[in-house]
Amino acid sequence: MALSLREYRARIKSTESMKKITRAMELIAASRIIKAQQRAQAAAPYARELTRAVSAVATFSNVDHPLTREEDDPKRAAVLVVTSDRGLAGAYSSSALKEAERLAEKLRAEGKEIDWYICGRKGEAYFRFRQRPVVQSWTGFSDQPSYDVAAEVGRALIESFLKEQGEDGDVDEVHVVYTRFRSMLLQEPTAVRLLPLEVIEGDQAPETHEVLPLYEFEPSAEAVLDGLLPQYVQSRIFFSLLQAAASELASRQKAMKSATDNADELIKKYTRIANQARQSGITQEISEIVGGVNALADANSAND
Amino acid sequence: MGDLQVELVAADRTVWSGSASMVIARTVEGDVGVLRGHAPMLSLLTEATVEISEVDGPVVVAAVDAGFLSVAGDRVSILSEYAVLAQDIKIDEAKAELDAAHGLPTSDERELRIRRAEARIRAAEKAS
Repeated sequence: MALSLREYRARIKSTESMKKITRAMELIAASRIIKAQQRAQAAAPYARELTRAVSAVATFSNVDHPLTREEDDPKRAAVLVVTSDRGLAGAYSSSALKEAERLAEKLRAEGKEIDWYICGRKGEAYFRFRQRPVVQSWTGFSDQPSYDVAAEVGRALIESFLKEQGEDGDVDEVHVVYTRFRSMLLQEPTAVRLLPLEVIEGDQAPETHEVLPLYEFEPSAEAVLDGLLPQYVQSRIFFSLLQAAASELASRQKAMKSATDNADELIKKYTRIANQARQSGITQEISEIVGGVNALADANSAND
Repeated sequence: MGDLQVELVAADRTVWSGSASMVIARTVEGDVGVLRGHAPMLSLLTEATVEISEVDGPVVVAAVDAGFLSVAGDRVSILSEYAVLAQDIKIDEAKAELDAAHGLPTSDERELRIRRAEARIRAAEKAS
């Protein structure tokens, strides 16, 4: 109880204004999540149709395309890490980075070298601070990614994947680490292999009665595949970016909510201490007055 | 009896969906018209216009970038990274874009941008 009453009052005030800020951020994040989820839903039809088309081609033609071809002896892997641009989102970026490090560890154990590709300022800063080389990074869109960005990222990754082994900047595998949005409460960092593509027939198994029709391909199955696969890759990246954006906002909301709660606690604690200080001040004054009166009375009776 | 179920989908949203009697699109092989009962088909589109004739209604015109047309069991999906309906196209902007593209040095990028802008202008003109 070393501080005076006034100092406690000042602390309460500053905690209160901090609480207002975190509360505002919490509300903003909450409203943005809804938008992010709507964007993810709006992008779903494209991904669904694209997946259908890819599995249609895969079913009716012998898939042999540079993007699906496994390298015999993979030496380099590209890892794309999706992090946020801004902080104050709890452990969001650091758990994505931790997942990326785990993946890197695994890939190194398999004897592959790693080329890093980064999305988001937090990831960029992490690598710059450790002075580790990054091949390319993109920033400035983490809470509302556009398809253009996804297409750009996709093009860069496909380009380096398609280079011949031994060529400068060639990679034999492409992995993506992003944070999957499970629910408002649960977001988990996930690592997936993007390239070479494994063509799986849809995310959900098609209904049994839904038999894929015998498509005619124009101009040819190969040409259609040539056009389809890069777009498929880009749409997968877009999907990861959208998921990551929703996760970022959700964890920011969570972090800001607990900050607000903590501020509440602090205010309560400080108010109690301040009251105690005020009370003890009053008690002291009273006992001083009573003591003074007593002393006066004693002096008076001694005089009589 | 049924109509074609048409979905025009861009990468980040569904641009138009509904039932239609006919769809005309331009693939890399040439224009193709799809009516009810068309054989299943998957083809590549070029930067051009797509016309969707609504049942007993107006014709919906849209400009699309390279993408796909897939037809299966009276369901038509038109997928393109970018797709805009003609009424959302600002013709002045498209014309400015075309002029800008003509000014570029000869490259694939230039060709692409010219084709894209021309498709938009054509779509806007068709609709008006």
